[in-house]
Amino acid sequence: MSVVPAEVLPGGALAVEETAPDAPVAELGPRARLWPSLVAVYRAQLSRARVARIPLLFVATFQSVGIMIMMRGVVDSRGEAQSVVAGSAVVVVAYVALNLLAQYFGQLRASGGLDHYATLPVPPASVVLGAAAAYASFTVPGTLVTAVFGCVLFGLPLANLWILLAVIPLAGAALAGLGAACGLLASRPEIATLLGQLGMSAALLLGVLPPDRMPGIIQFARDLLPSTYGVEAFARTFGARPDWAVVLADLGVCAGVGVVSLAVATWAYRRAAVR
Amino acid sequence: MCAVRGLTKTYAAVRGRRGAPAVPEVRATDGVELDVRRGEIFGLLGPNGAGKSTLVRQLTGLLRPDAGSVQILGHDIVRHPERAARILAYLGQESSALDELTVSLAAETTGRLRGLDVRQARSERDAVLEELGLTPIAGRALKKLSGGQRRLACFAAALVGERPLLVLDEPTTGMDPVARRAVWAAVDRRRAEQGATVVLVTHNVIEAETVLDRVAVLDQGRVIACDTPAGLKERVAGEVRVELVWRERAPLEVPEVAVLRERAVESGRRWTLRLAPEEARAVVATVTGGAAFAALDDFTLATPSLEDVYLALGGAARQGLVKA
Repeated sequence: MSVVPAEVLPGGALAVEETAPDAPVAELGPRARLWPSLVAVYRAQLSRARVARIPLLFVATFQSVGIMIMMRGVVDSRGEAQSVVAGSAVVVVAYVALNLLAQYFGQLRASGGLDHYATLPVPPASVVLGAAAAYASFTVPGTLVTAVFGCVLFGLPLANLWILLAVIPLAGAALAGLGAACGLLASRPEIATLLGQLGMSAALLLGVLPPDRMPGIIQFARDLLPSTYGVEAFARTFGARPDWAVVLADLGVCAGVGVVSLAVATWAYRRAAVR
Repeated sequence: MCAVRGLTKTYAAVRGRRGAPAVPEVRATDGVELDVRRGEIFGLLGPNGAGKSTLVRQLTGLLRPDAGSVQILGHDIVRHPERAARILAYLGQESSALDELTVSLAAETTGRLRGLDVRQARSERDAVLEELGLTPIAGRALKKLSGGQRRLACFAAALVGERPLLVLDEPTTGMDPVARRAVWAAVDRRRAEQGATVVLVTHNVIEAETVLDRVAVLDQGRVIACDTPAGLKERVAGEVRVELVWRERAPLEVPEVAVLRERAVESGRRWTLRLAPEEARAVVATVTGGAAFAALDDFTLATPSLEDVYLALGGAARQGLVKA
């Protein structure tokens, strides 16, 4: 083996200059602004649907349609039918916005993909809101198909389906915020997946089944779940003379939870990006 | 340009769990001191686990050091990690954030998030893709590309939106020679036209010798040497590397060969020796003549490489820069 010359011993390493450090402070590059970068993230995320998400959207829709067909034999009253259709439609939102987004952020965090965003001068809110908005958008076709199919199956009126234009974004915001927060806070991607699945299962069980047959504690859990308010708002619009004030209040709860959960998700993103 | 002083980061010990052995406390960077000059290509060389990536993550504001300072162009990155994103472009080892995008959208989106408006982002995207020869595959998703092409696409994304400092973590992994050349040409152009500085993490010793202006050799979180590649090689200039490959086994019945065995690093049929030039000449004369020659399959004689420097510096248990 070689003989190490004396001058290469570790003490000889001279990585530091004797001269003074650069005096002038360089100008910083531009900061990416909130809305343009949100739109850029949204567009990029939306394009992923073509590559990866389409099969999953089918799964979400078939799942909900299957649930409704199953429930067709069980449900007898009109009120219950309304809950089933509204619940099944919102489950599509829960599946994609909560479950898939939690998985996406969980994997992104675990694989080091967040570094990409963290080394760009982009506001954290743009990344989180852009991704959440894209995932909420992914739910639109599935939710519409489920709602229309359910209305036809259970003989419910289609007249007030326009309310989905409010239900999807608001329930989507609340659930996507929760999904993003779960994905970004989970220490391992498996836990993110687990949380997403649990959230989706909760939305499924507590949202689709008519509430009046549930025990008190389950009803309480149902009230804690943000998707419930989306389901209720939607279900009320099937009535002959819907109470729009209550619908609005339900949607208000979704919006409120959405704001809070997206804020938490943004905080979680900051925390996950710089360690 | 970039001054690092006393940078230290310790990863806490992890208690063993079922199926996962305990990991003791690791000092990933240990009092690292560096100065990168404006406009140079500065390399960080070292084996796996030497602390290169930890150091880079601290330079880019992704990881808070326990102690020490990082100044880039006069900005304190430890105190204001968010400023790093406005000074430098970073190419990490992971592409998972871009994997499902097309090459073109990956570059454009990255430009937009670097603060460019739509028009600028698109024109820079087109220029960079053209420059790197990616235009023909601009419409394909990164996921569907080969490893080298994907890496090149990520590199393209890193170049959209000019930055005075490029931090590249093993940029040419998996690339073919054409792609490698495109990368180094693009780096050189930015250096010549914009005075860009490059900090490069590499495993590849040959690449390090050809492209780097200066290189810091890292070992167990410490900088054990920092110089130009030629300067580092001069430190072991007294040595020549001789590699002998035997046909089946070494002819130990030849006394000269038996003596050499003690000084050789054996790996199957291959012996590697580090010798003074006149010794090397004698060895070559021995093995190319007489009884030993019949047993010899091949031999090479080489001047020292950065890898030899690393070994001579006593890097991590003499395992070499790249794990075999």
